[in-house]
Order: sequence, then C-alpha cells, then structure tokens
Amino acid sequence: MSDSLRFHFDVNGQSFTSAGQASVQVKKNLRELGIPAETIRRVSIAMYEGEINMVIHAHGGEADVIVYEDRIEIILADRGPGIPNIELAMKEGYSTAPDNIRSLGFGAGMGLPNMKRYTDDMKIETELGKGTTITMRVNI
Amino acid sequence: MKISDIKTLLDAKVLCGEEHLDRDVFSACGSDMMSDVLAYVKDQAVLLTGLVNSQVIRTAEMMDMICIVFVRSKKPTDDMIELARESGLVLMNTEKRMYEACGLLYTSGLVGNGVHHE
Ligand SMILES: Nc1ncnc2c1ncn2[C@@H]1O[C@H](COP(=O)(O)OP(=O)(O)O)[C@@H](O)[C@H]1O
Ligand SMILES: [Mg+2]
Repeated sequence: MSDSLRFHFDVNGQSFTSAGQASVQVKKNLRELGIPAETIRRVSIAMYEGEINMVIHAHGGEADVIVYEDRIEIILADRGPGIPNIELAMKEGYSTAPDNIRSLGFGAGMGLPNMKRYTDDMKIETELGKGTTITMRVNI
Repeated sequence: MKISDIKTLLDAKVLCGEEHLDRDVFSACGSDMMSDVLAYVKDQAVLLTGLVNSQVIRTAEMMDMICIVFVRSKKPTDDMIELARESGLVLMNTEKRMYEACGLLYTSGLVGNGVHHE
C-alpha cells in the first residue's frame, strides 16, 4: 500500500507574526485524520521549531507534510544562508539568533536538538549560500 | 484545580474560552522563553507568561496546553485572541506579577512537575 496524503505550505519569511501557521494547520489536519495525540504532538513541535527556524534564520521557504500509513514525513526547504557547521548547530544552547529574536521568546538554541528528540529520524542537507532542507520522520 | 479556580486565585480577567472554565488542570509552568517551553515542558496545561505575541498562542497550541495567563495585565491583540479561540484555548490576564502568580497557584496545589531535563 503506498497511499499517502500530502500537505503543502509556503512559509512567509517576512513575518514573524505568522510563523507557525503551517504547523497549526497540520495539527488540525492530523487530528481530523484520527492520528494518535502523542504522535501529533511530536510532529507539531518538531515542525513548529523548524518553521520558526525558516523564518528567523532563512527568510522562509516551503513545508511539506506527507502522511503514510506507518509514518509522517516533514520536509522543510529554504533558500537561506545554509548551516556552516551542523554539529555545532545541533548543540543545545547554540544559537546565532539576534537579541531582538530572543526578546520575542525564541533563540535559546534548543530548536534543532528538540526536533531531533521529538522525531524518529532527522536529516539535514545544507549548502552555504544555497539553502537548507530538513527531513524528519515520525513513526505512527 | 479547575481553570475557574485559577481565575479566582489570580483575580484574573478571562479574555476568551469562558466555556472551558470547568476543565481540570494539574500542573503549570511560567516562562517568557517559548524556546524553553517547547524544549522542557511536558504535560503542563497552563502557561503563565509576560510575553505577548502570536507565538505564545501557537506554542501553547503545539504543546496541547489549555490555558494561558498573561501576567502584569499584559493584553493580547484581537488577532491573538481570535487565534486562541480557534484553538480552544482559555486566555486570561492578571495584574499580578509572574513570581506572585506562580506562587499563588503553586501553594494552592497546581504543581510544576513534568519538567524533564535530560
Ligand atoms: N534553516 C536554517 N537556516 C540557516 N541556519 C539555521 C537554520 N536552522 C537553524 N540554523 C542555525 O542553527 C542554529 C541553532 O538552531 P536552533 O537549535 O533552532 O536554535 P535557535 O533557533 O534558537 O537559534 C541557529 O541559531 C542558526 O544559526
Ligand atoms: Mg530554532
């Protein structure tokens, strides 16, 4: 069985206020599909962190969520600056976010580690000056 | 305790979600850093915060929380209230400061556990 359902979103990089809209919508969609609450929570938090990152670090991009019978895949693709050192970026507390972002409640350097913790698999593909694509999988 | 007890204890004003006031809640957290809420909070149903922006509402929604209390009389915009309404969240604000508001709820039995540092 290869039945799958795909949700696609453009993530506006100009607006911090609207960041997270896609994640809220995905949460609603997954609820309607009857996905278990704990699975939805893991997908939502991981996607929300990734969506915020796209807005604060990478001028926005595109988000795709694909629901398979046994897993949910989240693909976040941006055309931002790329991540120079993935190992460093994955460290808890490491952040290049400016002070104005911190005063908005983000930039504690917990996003990427959190995304890894809440998902069953996470892959980061990044190229400096070209962009970053993060693919996450949550098993149902 | 019930959400209505939070309203009474903090002498708070309900901004939306009046219809959910009889829901039970068992633990809460207080933070202005949504990053920390997303990373460390687990199963707390109530968020006390001095931060006011739409990400506070979305963070609470992502964490399956059911009530946000804005301290120091902070007032969310109509857009934020609408966002919260769509998500079925209760929003309220209180004149009390963070420390006092948390203390009042804590000593009345609303604990903070569930926080897990790994
Ligand atoms: N999509 C992205 N594009 C470019 N850099 C990123 C992206 N996501 C994360 N980063 C880099 O990785 C760092 C750590 O990310 P994260 O753990 O989410 O912490 P925070 O967002 O709080 O800074 C960021 O400060 C940033 O330098
Ligand atoms: Mg982040």
